[in-house]
Amino acid sequence: MVLASDPAPELSVPAPMSATRALLMARLRTVREMPLLAVVIIGVLAILAVFADVIAPHDPTLPVEGVQPAFFAPPMWLEGGSATAILGTDFQGRDVFSRLVHGSRVSIIVGLVGTLAAAAIGTAMGVLSGYLGRWVDSVIMRITDAWLALPSLIFAIFLATLVGPSMWNIVIILGAVFWTRYARVIRGEVLSLREREFVKLAEVAGASKYRVMLRHILPNVMNTTIVLASLTIGVVIIAEASLSFLGVGVPPPAPAWGSMLAEARPTLLTGRWWLTVFPGLAIMLVVLATQIMGDWLRVKLDPQLRNL
Amino acid sequence: MRQFVLRRFIYSIITLLIISITIFSLVRIAGGDPARLYSEPGAREEDLARLRAQWGLDRSYPEQYFSFMANIFKGDIGQSFQFNRPVRELYFQRFTASLQLAAGALIFAMVVGIPLGILSAVKLNTWWDSLGKIVALLGLAIPNFWLALVLLIVFGLYLDLLPVAGKGGFSNLILPCIALGWYFAASFMRLTRSSMLDVLGSEYIKLARLKGMPDYVVIGKHAFKNALIPVVTWAGIYLVLLLNTAVVIEVIFAWPGVGSLLFSGIFQRDFPLVQGAVIVIGVLIVLANFVVDIAYAYIDPRIRLTR
Repeated sequence: MVLASDPAPELSVPAPMSATRALLMARLRTVREMPLLAVVIIGVLAILAVFADVIAPHDPTLPVEGVQPAFFAPPMWLEGGSATAILGTDFQGRDVFSRLVHGSRVSIIVGLVGTLAAAAIGTAMGVLSGYLGRWVDSVIMRITDAWLALPSLIFAIFLATLVGPSMWNIVIILGAVFWTRYARVIRGEVLSLREREFVKLAEVAGASKYRVMLRHILPNVMNTTIVLASLTIGVVIIAEASLSFLGVGVPPPAPAWGSMLAEARPTLLTGRWWLTVFPGLAIMLVVLATQIMGDWLRVKLDPQLRNL
Repeated sequence: MRQFVLRRFIYSIITLLIISITIFSLVRIAGGDPARLYSEPGAREEDLARLRAQWGLDRSYPEQYFSFMANIFKGDIGQSFQFNRPVRELYFQRFTASLQLAAGALIFAMVVGIPLGILSAVKLNTWWDSLGKIVALLGLAIPNFWLALVLLIVFGLYLDLLPVAGKGGFSNLILPCIALGWYFAASFMRLTRSSMLDVLGSEYIKLARLKGMPDYVVIGKHAFKNALIPVVTWAGIYLVLLLNTAVVIEVIFAWPGVGSLLFSGIFQRDFPLVQGAVIVIGVLIVLANFVVDIAYAYIDPRIRLTR
């Protein structure tokens, strides 16, 4: 192992790159290989979500002052639009752009935390099921089958009506609905890991079952979990938008992209297309970016998953 | 093979039991008191108790569950609070409309997805393949309800070509079918492409080419037929999914199908309706999965040995 403090070898061999520097170069190479479009979209979204208070020119829940007409003002490049509300205003005179910017928070939080919850539950279930086997495996897998058989959106709507609308409820619901996919895939992976020598050695050396699962199995399935997570995050974001659109998601006046589409629906056929087009475009771009990123990660981290 | 079918069958039954328990317990845990929800505020306690007794809500949970299951086997999946009619009747009343929509969406998805999948597999790494990849990505990224809204704006408002809502002639079906089928078109495209690539790499296709058959015979006659097997099997599952998951599209286009029934049940907190409809959906999907599993095992004997 080459440490940073190792003396440079004699003779005329070029000095080896220090370990930190090599690592840094590898990281840089990884960053350079990332799909540019996806990185840009995700980066912009992250900035919008973090600095929403600074970037959004107006309060997303209050009408904009000094725009004529007060309601349904068109975007600034259309006739009658003004630079105060660049993407126009909605039925309550609120700034569409500010609502979009703040809405990115909802999408990011629900998308990330919901995916994280699903990944955590599903990975834990998959590891337990695959490693412990026997009745634990049977029970977990039958529950997984049952939950997979219910269409995810129907299941989510059903749960959402039972617990009532709130952003954190939606996060929990989406976690509860989407963990099954992880459990299935991870279990398969664990079944083959269980037979590998390093696991057998750990068992022989007297490691407890929980130690084997935590220290030897779990780190080896993390790549798969990450790939699955990056591919489901878009599905979770669309699910949240669908729930909000149906009125069982994030409650008003919070500016979720799905609720913006719902609010635009009554006046859909009056030609105020900007109320419908922009939130949908935002959803589409984000999901597109996460999907491209997920595909890239899949090839990068786990060649076996290429055909997934 | 018989053992495989038997095992799959038992798994399906267990799956259905777990679904029924899940739905039943969730409604009981989080559903609130339907008697109170469906009475005027300030109703007398005796009246509420009478309602609960009428709906069987005064019995213990295990008792309620067993009578619920016993009724299911008799073909009774509950009585809607809202419409005061059997849920089964309500569901199957809406079924035809849903079937029309689902079949239309499936046809659209296959007509768009399959040829594109074949083209991108045959002309691998060309312009066609890139187009296929873009469609596949957009299929996942465009939410179907947004597509529905945009189609409404473009075709219903600006071009004023097609009706925007309700059930009627053929033209009423076009927009909802496109919106609903879009996601599945992308799925069909990916499925056809990978299946076609598998087949094109196989020995018998190489042999056919070596014999000097023209390309279109190799692809059209030999490859296409075999590549279509998984596609057709999946079409069955997709149809069942399309039938039951079109909630958002049905709501947007005011289509009187199963989805909008479910939606109204949800909003009126009509638990027997939601519970019953979700159970029927579960049964249909488990059944479709079962049939597909068996079909696959029949086609490919290797599958029988796994799991």
